Amino acid sequence: MLEIKNLHVKLEEEDKQILKGVNLTVEAGKVHAIMGPNGSGKSTLSYVLSGREGYEVTEGSATLLGEDLLDMEPEERAAAGLFLAFQYPVEIPGVGNMTFLRTAVNAQRKARGEEEMSSTEFLKEIRARAKDLKIDAEMLKRPVNVGFSGGEKKRNEILQMAMLEPKMCILDETDSGLDVDAMKLVADGVNALRSEGRGFLVITHYQRLLDHIQPDVVHIMSDGRIVKTGGPELALEVENNGYADIVTEEA
Amino acid sequence: MALPQAKRDLTEDRIAALTLPTGGWSDGPRADALTRLRLMGLPTRRDEYWKYTRPDSLTQVETPKAAVFEGEETPIFDEIDRLKVVFVDGVFDADASDDLSLEGLSIERLATSRADIHWAKDLYGRLETNGQTPVNRPLAALNTAFATDGLLIHVTGKVSKPVNLIYHHGSETSDAILHHVVKLDAGAEMTLLENGPAAARFNKVMEVDVADTARFHHVRAQGRDYERRAATHIFARLGSESAFKSFTLTVNGVMTRNDCVIELTGDDAIAHVAGACVGDGDFHHDDTIFITHDAVNCESRQVFKKVLRNGATGVFQGKILVKKDAQKTDGYQISQSLLLDGDSQFLAKPELEIYADDVACSHGSTSGAIDEEGLFYLRSRGVPEGQATDLLTIAFLAEAVMEIEDAALADEINARIEGWLLRRRS
Repeated sequence: MLEIKNLHVKLEEEDKQILKGVNLTVEAGKVHAIMGPNGSGKSTLSYVLSGREGYEVTEGSATLLGEDLLDMEPEERAAAGLFLAFQYPVEIPGVGNMTFLRTAVNAQRKARGEEEMSSTEFLKEIRARAKDLKIDAEMLKRPVNVGFSGGEKKRNEILQMAMLEPKMCILDETDSGLDVDAMKLVADGVNALRSEGRGFLVITHYQRLLDHIQPDVVHIMSDGRIVKTGGPELALEVENNGYADIVTEEA
Repeated sequence: MALPQAKRDLTEDRIAALTLPTGGWSDGPRADALTRLRLMGLPTRRDEYWKYTRPDSLTQVETPKAAVFEGEETPIFDEIDRLKVVFVDGVFDADASDDLSLEGLSIERLATSRADIHWAKDLYGRLETNGQTPVNRPLAALNTAFATDGLLIHVTGKVSKPVNLIYHHGSETSDAILHHVVKLDAGAEMTLLENGPAAARFNKVMEVDVADTARFHHVRAQGRDYERRAATHIFARLGSESAFKSFTLTVNGVMTRNDCVIELTGDDAIAHVAGACVGDGDFHHDDTIFITHDAVNCESRQVFKKVLRNGATGVFQGKILVKKDAQKTDGYQISQSLLLDGDSQFLAKPELEIYADDVACSHGSTSGAIDEEGLFYLRSRGVPEGQATDLLTIAFLAEAVMEIEDAALADEINARIEGWLLRRRS
């Protein structure tokens, strides 16, 4: 599904190397988790994959279903099936949540040469999905993320994911700013979307999210590289001993 | 104090080129206005309120040429059930207009109102005169003196549908001067719509007298002709518990100056003035607003948003004056520009002058580019860059458009904005 080979990335504005050769393959139907200390390059990886400006790829490649991701505009990556759930979802005053989602769904369909969703079909779909995530009609009408609580913002990200039906989902620190109940709601939303044909990359600092979203593979990232890969037990090791041991062990 | 020679020459030349209409009740107010104009003189760049907008093309004798623009869009407000009054280059077009009768109001034309006694006699030029202090508005005095036509609307009840003034532009050198007077009796309510480029050069004054508990809604769309020029003035007086809500969309236009002068004279009144403009290239748009609070517990809002690209210029001069006894005033003023490139400019002069001690007044002014974070967020969801930029632009204008109470009218305005953006999508 997602294949990252020897990815080197530096900041565009300054001479600072962030990713120093990341290798990672996420298979369809699998959930991979990336853990790591602050500043290890986890979020940068998610931004580079989704096409945010400000980064320069100096070496390596990233493909989604064999297509070169790095050569595409952000909207093309989305249409190709990539979705990034933001750590800090952006507030967009003046654009209604519903309008935004409908525009996005239909823009992607159009880009893929599919028929656009009718408003009745869209309404039916979004109501059902929103209900599962305990998002009420009022939240759908409000401007995108404006005045939303931390939990509401993250649930709204998952709602977008559910509506856009991506092939590859990247969740960037989705647990940050969430209390236990909110995290459970978000995790349930993600789990409901797990399927044969869909890959997940869950980026998190803490192990607790992985109690709710059980990963198949866990990677530890440090200083721009993946330094250790293992099963779910690796997350527990981090929980008990911290990152220091693993990072030194590898260095 | 004598006027500088150049100003006097400019004023006298312009006066000499115009014909003072005569006959009937308006003779007196027109003569007074001519006297006012001669005392003030027409504006030049040295005048305080014309620093950012060159008045030359609005004051010179000869009308600068303006090509007539043929748009492909359905005319705005076409879907709205309304009473149409059509002017072509400032000349009333009876064939294109509806029958001027509607329950709850009476409409007469200034040009044919020749009696010696008329209700408008006490209003015509009156609010304009009040609006000359403390800031001179000579183009409005010129209008009162020389207006060739206009509507005299007396609203006595709640009017069931809007009156739509449609201004067509037919000649490259037309110079139109129209003056409307709207008088709303206590408890009356009406919606006035205006649209169209009007003429190569358009000078328009609208005086609105809103009696106690009356409500006046105004939605205006200043049309797409690139080379048109316009200087418009709204003068309004508000009685207690009355409401005045005006919104203007300006699309293109090489020179637009919209003055709006409002006096809140009765307690608990509400005045909202909003504007959205979109300009590309040779575009100059100036909103000059002056709201005076002279009564207790009144609310005023000024919401102005400008989208500028390719060297377009936006100007905002907005003032809130709160007099000594206007306690519990709630005043709000925001002026913002979205600069789509580095060549465009926004010049803002927000002013507050407050003499009462128990008031809440806030104001803000910003200029900025498209929000990169928002743009990336939208694109990451699959919305192409052009469409995402448009969506953010519409969002930027939304606070102003939301000042329109009627949803159908707001939709009409939004459709125009979307059309303008779509035609420019790269």
